Amino acid sequence: MTSLFRSSLQGVAAPPTALEAGDGYQTVRTPDPKAKPTRLSAHDVCVFYGDKQALENVSIDIPERSVSALIGPSGCGKSTFLRCLNRMNDTIEGARVTGEITLDGENLYSPQVDVVELRARIGMVFQKPNPFPKSIFENVAYGPKIHGLARSKSELEEIVVTSLKRAGLFEEVKDRLHAPGTGLSGGQQQRLCIARAIAVGPEVILMDEPCSALDPIATSIIEELIDELRENYTIIIVTHSMQQAARVSQKTAFFHLGKLIEEGPTERIFTNPRDKKTQDYITGRIG
Amino acid sequence: MGNLVIAAALLLLLGFAYQQGFARSLSLAAEARKEGRRLHSRPRYHGTLVAIWVLLPTLLVLGLWALLETSALRALIVGMLPPEVAGLEGRQLDSAIARIRALASGYGVAGEVADYEQAAAEHLSLIQNLAFLLVLAAAAGLGLLALFAAKRRISLALRARDHVEKAVRILLMLCSAVAILTTAGIVLSLFNESIRFFSFVNPIDFFFGEIWNPGFATTGSAAIGRYGLLPLLWGTVMVAVIAMLVALPVGLMTAIYLSQYAPHKVRTVVKPVIEILAGIPTIVYGFFALVTVGPFLSALGAAIGLDIRSTSALTAGMVMGIMLIPFISSLSDDILRQVPLALRDGSLGLGATQSETIRRVLLPAALPGIVGAFLLAVSRAIGETMIVVMAAGNSPVLRLNPAEPVSTVTVTIVNQLTGDSDFAGPQSLVGFALGLTLFAITLLLNILALFIVRRFREQYD
Repeated sequence: MTSLFRSSLQGVAAPPTALEAGDGYQTVRTPDPKAKPTRLSAHDVCVFYGDKQALENVSIDIPERSVSALIGPSGCGKSTFLRCLNRMNDTIEGARVTGEITLDGENLYSPQVDVVELRARIGMVFQKPNPFPKSIFENVAYGPKIHGLARSKSELEEIVVTSLKRAGLFEEVKDRLHAPGTGLSGGQQQRLCIARAIAVGPEVILMDEPCSALDPIATSIIEELIDELRENYTIIIVTHSMQQAARVSQKTAFFHLGKLIEEGPTERIFTNPRDKKTQDYITGRIG
Repeated sequence: MGNLVIAAALLLLLGFAYQQGFARSLSLAAEARKEGRRLHSRPRYHGTLVAIWVLLPTLLVLGLWALLETSALRALIVGMLPPEVAGLEGRQLDSAIARIRALASGYGVAGEVADYEQAAAEHLSLIQNLAFLLVLAAAAGLGLLALFAAKRRISLALRARDHVEKAVRILLMLCSAVAILTTAGIVLSLFNESIRFFSFVNPIDFFFGEIWNPGFATTGSAAIGRYGLLPLLWGTVMVAVIAMLVALPVGLMTAIYLSQYAPHKVRTVVKPVIEILAGIPTIVYGFFALVTVGPFLSALGAAIGLDIRSTSALTAGMVMGIMLIPFISSLSDDILRQVPLALRDGSLGLGATQSETIRRVLLPAALPGIVGAFLLAVSRAIGETMIVVMAAGNSPVLRLNPAEPVSTVTVTIVNQLTGDSDFAGPQSLVGFALGLTLFAITLLLNILALFIVRRFREQYD
């Protein structure tokens, strides 16, 4: 997999040694001594939609095998930032990304990177459950098939079953693997989408408000699942719910009006935020 | 002239009625406001309601007159004719009456004008004018009566808005009934004439006959030809299949390009330009087929050693296919864009390429809709006439080779029903049977298309 990025550093400026935000503002950073080694790292990322700037000089380190939460009011740029991480912004006409995002030190935006294989390494789960109008089995098998991960039918079945088990859905659907995925409940559909993302064997999973369309019970099941998944995956989750961020994440980043205002250990952000804006948001004064 | 006067008078009356109702309700409202009460409906609803009440009785009077005028005047004319003329029958009486009408209208007639004709015409014209004035007066009088009655009904509590909306609803219902009734009328008339045709020709010979040779009406209806539908049906199917072989791939790929790959700027230019293709009259496509495509195919065939006639199923089918491209591309483009963006993102997010996403997610999801578009295009291909008249060669013989001339059901209908035909012999009546067959086929295809499109709609909710 790393061969992907073999030549990705050619022609790209060396990453800055210190995480300093660019002109205009300074992100408040609280280092976490217990944090795991950095896996994914953004430097001075700006995003423009046409002439409109949606994200200003965001720099952040994401530690591996843990959950990092992006919080902030609507339109603050947290989803935009998430979509930068697997280059989903490429699919939006007129979107332009500057700056640098590295996975294991290699730039995702280098011209040598193949977006298709990048997205196999960095999976994504969307806001609204979006199973394909195919059977449960076919939904999970979709990724492995297009990437040629299974050499035989039994191998494919094994991948599907393992993924469904990891997503905590297998017991509920094992008798109806060939029923349509769209027939499941909202929470089950979202777990199906997580299984579908896992099946490709990603290293990082991005989740864009994965529970915003779900009821409280389905939400708590997904949250437990996220907690289990961090054993094996680096997870970045965008959420509107501060409780959710506090429950599932180890690191939290607060975005406001396209700027990364504050980042640090989740416990610290929620109990003792250093920036006034963060405090206002957490106490419900801006939102 | 008379109708224009009536329409103008009616409009004036309606305008007056509206104004009356409007003003009356306004003054009522002004009074009521002092007591702290208000109108149930806005003044414009009261105005409209009064106008509706005026419209109904006047329309009734005018409608009755329109229905009765012809027969009433006819009875009058017959009464004025001398007994030896009034005793005539059928066409002769009709033409005598027509002469008098023509005289009365002031256009004059050919030939000598008899004294009794002149007298009757003058009398008729007098009566006509009187009747016109009388009807106008009656309509206006009744309208005014209705106006006063309706105006008096206006009160604070009158629910004029509810009444007006009900009237609008009825109007809308009547409009949609027009389309349905027309369809029913067309089918009935086709049916009637078809039954007459089948009294000449055995339905089995018609539906399963392999030879089409109706003969000519002028040789007398004793010489009944052979009316086998199969050669025509085969021609129709062959041309339609060739057309769809051209239209489906090109149209679908256009739709995929426009909906998935084209930048916004390209799309805003290309889509309308393609849709212009749909606006070209089919007879112009016929020229194109006759002058350009036919000779081109023929030359192409000669170059590679194939015998392709310049007017053939191939020529007609290809040009018809070009005509249908915008039909398929525009509908499919809309359908592809209706597939939720979330599905596309989901697939791309798993690392699928754009073409994998289109082939494995978007097309399957849009398939029912695309099939619907396809079937609608097929119905058009089957019903298309002009291109085939000009470019298919008009040869109603069962042939497998698409490079040979064929004839289709539509072309044959044109052939059988144009020229001097008296609608009495099977030579022209067969047109109705063919029309009915065609109608049945396209109806079935349309029902199938609607059914599939409806299923598509249920898929994402």
